[in-house]
Amino acid sequence: MSDSPVTAGSVTTMEHEAHNPALLHHFSDAQQQKNAASLGMWLFLVTEIMFFGGMFCAYLVYRVAHFNSFAAASQQLSIGMGAFNTAVLIVSSVTVVLAVKAAEAGKRKLLVGYLVVTVLLGMTFLVVKGFEYREKFERHHVPGPTFKFTDTFDDNGKQIPVNPKEAELFFSLYFAMTGMHALHMIIGCGLFSVLAIFAWKGHYSPGYFTPIENAGLYWHLVDIIWIYLFPLLYLISRHS
Amino acid sequence: MSKFLPLWPDSASTMSGQVDALYIYLLLVAGIMTALIFISVTVLAIKYRRVAGREATQIEGSTILEIGWSIIPFFVMLTFFIWGAVIYFKERTPPADSTEVYVVAKQWMWKIEHMEGQREINELHVPVGQNVKLIMTSQDVIHSFFVPAFRIKQDVLPGRYTTLWFKATVPGRYHLFCAEYCGTMHSGMGGDIVVMEPQDYAQWMAGGATAPLQETGKELFAQLGCATCHRFDVQGRGPNLTAIYNKPVLLEDGRTVIADENYVRESILNPTAKIVSGFKPVMPTFQGIVTDEQLNALVAYVKSLAQPTPGSAGLQNQPAASPDQPQNMQVQ
Amino acid sequence: MASTAVTANQAPKLNYLNNGHSLKSWLLTTDHKRIAILYLISVTTFFFLGGFFAMLIRLELLTPQGDLMQADTYNKVFTMHGMIMVFFFLIPVVPAVLGNFLVPLMIGAKDLAFPRINLLSWYLYVVGGLLISHVMLTGGVDTGWTFYSPFSTEYTNTKIVEAGLAAFVAGFSSIFTGLNFIVTIHRMRAPGLTWNRLPLFIWANYATSIIMILGTPVVAITIILVAVERLFHLGIFDPRLGGDPLLFQHLFWFYSHPAVYIMILPSMGVISELITCFSRKRVFGYNFIALSSIAIAVIGFLVWAHHMFVAGISLYAAMIFSFLTFFVGVPSAVKVFNWTATLYKGSITYATPMLYAFGFMGLFTIGGLTGLFLATLGIDVHVTDTYFVVAHFHYVMVGGVLMGYLGGMHFWWPKISGRMYPEGWAKLSALLVFVGFNLTFFPQFILGYVGMPRRYWQYPPEFQVLNVLSTAGSSVLAMGYLLPMIYFLWSLKYGPIAEANPWHAAGLEWKTTSPPPTFNFDETPVVTWEAYNYDEIPDKELEAPVVR
Repeated sequence: MSDSPVTAGSVTTMEHEAHNPALLHHFSDAQQQKNAASLGMWLFLVTEIMFFGGMFCAYLVYRVAHFNSFAAASQQLSIGMGAFNTAVLIVSSVTVVLAVKAAEAGKRKLLVGYLVVTVLLGMTFLVVKGFEYREKFERHHVPGPTFKFTDTFDDNGKQIPVNPKEAELFFSLYFAMTGMHALHMIIGCGLFSVLAIFAWKGHYSPGYFTPIENAGLYWHLVDIIWIYLFPLLYLISRHS
Repeated sequence: MSKFLPLWPDSASTMSGQVDALYIYLLLVAGIMTALIFISVTVLAIKYRRVAGREATQIEGSTILEIGWSIIPFFVMLTFFIWGAVIYFKERTPPADSTEVYVVAKQWMWKIEHMEGQREINELHVPVGQNVKLIMTSQDVIHSFFVPAFRIKQDVLPGRYTTLWFKATVPGRYHLFCAEYCGTMHSGMGGDIVVMEPQDYAQWMAGGATAPLQETGKELFAQLGCATCHRFDVQGRGPNLTAIYNKPVLLEDGRTVIADENYVRESILNPTAKIVSGFKPVMPTFQGIVTDEQLNALVAYVKSLAQPTPGSAGLQNQPAASPDQPQNMQVQ
Repeated sequence: MASTAVTANQAPKLNYLNNGHSLKSWLLTTDHKRIAILYLISVTTFFFLGGFFAMLIRLELLTPQGDLMQADTYNKVFTMHGMIMVFFFLIPVVPAVLGNFLVPLMIGAKDLAFPRINLLSWYLYVVGGLLISHVMLTGGVDTGWTFYSPFSTEYTNTKIVEAGLAAFVAGFSSIFTGLNFIVTIHRMRAPGLTWNRLPLFIWANYATSIIMILGTPVVAITIILVAVERLFHLGIFDPRLGGDPLLFQHLFWFYSHPAVYIMILPSMGVISELITCFSRKRVFGYNFIALSSIAIAVIGFLVWAHHMFVAGISLYAAMIFSFLTFFVGVPSAVKVFNWTATLYKGSITYATPMLYAFGFMGLFTIGGLTGLFLATLGIDVHVTDTYFVVAHFHYVMVGGVLMGYLGGMHFWWPKISGRMYPEGWAKLSALLVFVGFNLTFFPQFILGYVGMPRRYWQYPPEFQVLNVLSTAGSSVLAMGYLLPMIYFLWSLKYGPIAEANPWHAAGLEWKTTSPPPTFNFDETPVVTWEAYNYDEIPDKELEAPVVR
């Protein structure tokens, strides 16, 4: 998302040493450019928060309105897979931090390595998510004409009053929220793959690694959104 | 109201005069403010037009003026707020002695049902001097019940009741409009409010009425087998519905709600939403089984149980619906 | 970019306009000034398209019967009018045209912080525009620009998803513009240009950008939810599936109320520039005008449910939102008072931009005050969803935004084009706009109070006279809008060459040549003066032909 100078294809590594070719003409110095890119990224993250905020708002409204059905529907999600994915994402955030450190230290191979691991972790998340979605299809938990919801007993065998329509609404929100999150994960994986290639080609130096930093910020945000999604979707019925 | 160039709407309810008074107050304040700005700008623009040899005098500003022209308008606006809120509060609080009328909106007509069983389409007959409360719902999209001569308006939503009340003061025929855009014939979804003298109204009401609404509801109550669980003699599987209307109800999850029209409606369509304390969620939904009109009749019936009338007292001996008829009572 | 060099020395100094003539040099430009021109062309196109639909509406309403077109056609026409004017004209017009051109110039920067994202914004706008044109040509939408559920999600069979996508894409154009402005204003100011030396136009655009990045994503997700609900029949807003249609209205107005401040704030910024220049004065109460913009942006987010007083929200929610709404009236009033006070002891010339500024003050005063009527609960119940509301928001949106925009276009036209416009014709058009506007929209206040609902294709016959007046006014208004289009184009070739600073105005944008060079300034300016230092610009320069 940052206005990174990735298209400067003709620039050779030699010139990198001479002056900073990454400095765009309209900035007065590299520090100004870095500050601008960083502020721009933070603002973009704000828009992302507002974007997901709309869905969180819808979720909260309906959770309060249809508490029982939401609790019952929530129990049908796989906490195991959700927790595994949470762990995967937390680890991937660590590897992103390490990648930024490596870029700062100018360790090119290490940087590429961490970026690749991050992408792999991201893909692991998506694959697990895919299995979860498949399970939902198999159990007719996908909203639509085939939707069925018959699980109206909690773990203690106590009957929960459930309206299938409301359970369907829960799954609508589940798919909308996790789907939008997964889309952001896919974008993030693509972003890091491109950055890994550029890093391999030596585009970044200790003096210039803003794209890595900004992509890292993006990845952390996507992580944090999951950190909220996991308890709200998977764990809400576990408090009693 | 002039038919050629109407500048002011008809005034035909107890509310219209109050709204007009506030409107005139606002017009006065707004008029004074507009005149103040227009005159100041004009006078200053002419007085300080550019003349050779006279330079502008630079003035930074004045904190006192700024505070003044922030706070004074704010207090003036507070008077708008308070007066407006008082009127709104009255508009939203139907008096207890109101006659109730059920309204079902659909693309693109208004279906009206009086408690006496009279039905009308795109017309509502009401007597002068009687508080009338409209209990409204929509079969499809959002509509809005708007009577300019009464200065009232309320959106009509699918899936729930909204209410509106008025007391007509002048006999006549007044426009009823749909004010919330609802599709192709939105502008055709209108009709008339016919305000009549009480004796004319009684005469109109006497012609062609069917059974009163709560009687229809009572029959439905029996037909649908509600009475098998909601018994009036002993404790059934469902709560006893005598005198629950407008009373607080303790729910299974510890909350307390008022059993108003929307609660009764919700309990029929979505029984598991708010389970009464001590009962099990065994009632099936009647969504798709009862129409909005039938639902209105059922609600009217449940409400009538709360009034100590001979009609409802007789119910206690009413036999329950025949038990051998399959009644769809399992959780689906 | 320098590939197509200017041939001879007698040509004027190399500037952003003659620096490259190929189509590519325009379509792939990252120069904020060229992007502003691209926006100017596209926004103007959509303005006349939206205006065409407006004329169709007014023609249909000449008679009480629906006789010019079918009801469905009429519904599509007013929906397209609303969508085009809101998403493709009013929201981008001042920030994307004047803001794009002026923000870097006014703060002494070479460009916006992210020039390529700026170009991307324009392309997103164009993609959105193509999508809405596609919708228009292949059947249209009939929900009104508000997309209220469940009509939009279940009942209409028109192209909701495509139209929503158009608004979604245009929304991202606006998000990126806002993001670019905030970063630019924070990071790219010239040395010495502190926050309290910034022109008020910059403050206004800063406040606007805050709303753009905070509000637009919410409407984006709302549109997605509507589309998903429509495509897959999820029950997010449909009451039959357990959803709540009021949630849609809350989410929609959470953006769409602040969006009206996206429209009006930049125009207010323009007015501050015009009034100071043509009164030769430092603005009265600089800090208060600057902070009132921020206050409007912040409070504007707390008042959305005043659109829903009769929608079925609770009594107490309505009272709270009514109360909060009056707070937003204060900073708006503060601006008008300060502008009026700026005139005091000034040295006022009646150049066209100033006439527009006067027009703005008058129309915005009426628009703002009638907004207070709508914030007042007891009145709102009667007049909401009637022509009173239509008149109110046209006074703010058209009377306010367009007056500011046209005033600004005349003021900065010499800077943008390097040519002067014909002053006589310009004054005539300003007069036509003012008279035509009032004739069009003032009768609608009366229509609303006597009870004519909005979005009506046919109406009771007693409303006809007022509707005829309104239609008559709209034809005058249309002429007022066509005229500038003609003489601006004319002036490109035949207008007198503009000097660097024809108005002897303060502000960094006047310290460079007209039109400016590609990188704006030959050397980065260093600011040592306060904003609007008109006392330091000698009056004798005013002998120059300001009034013709």
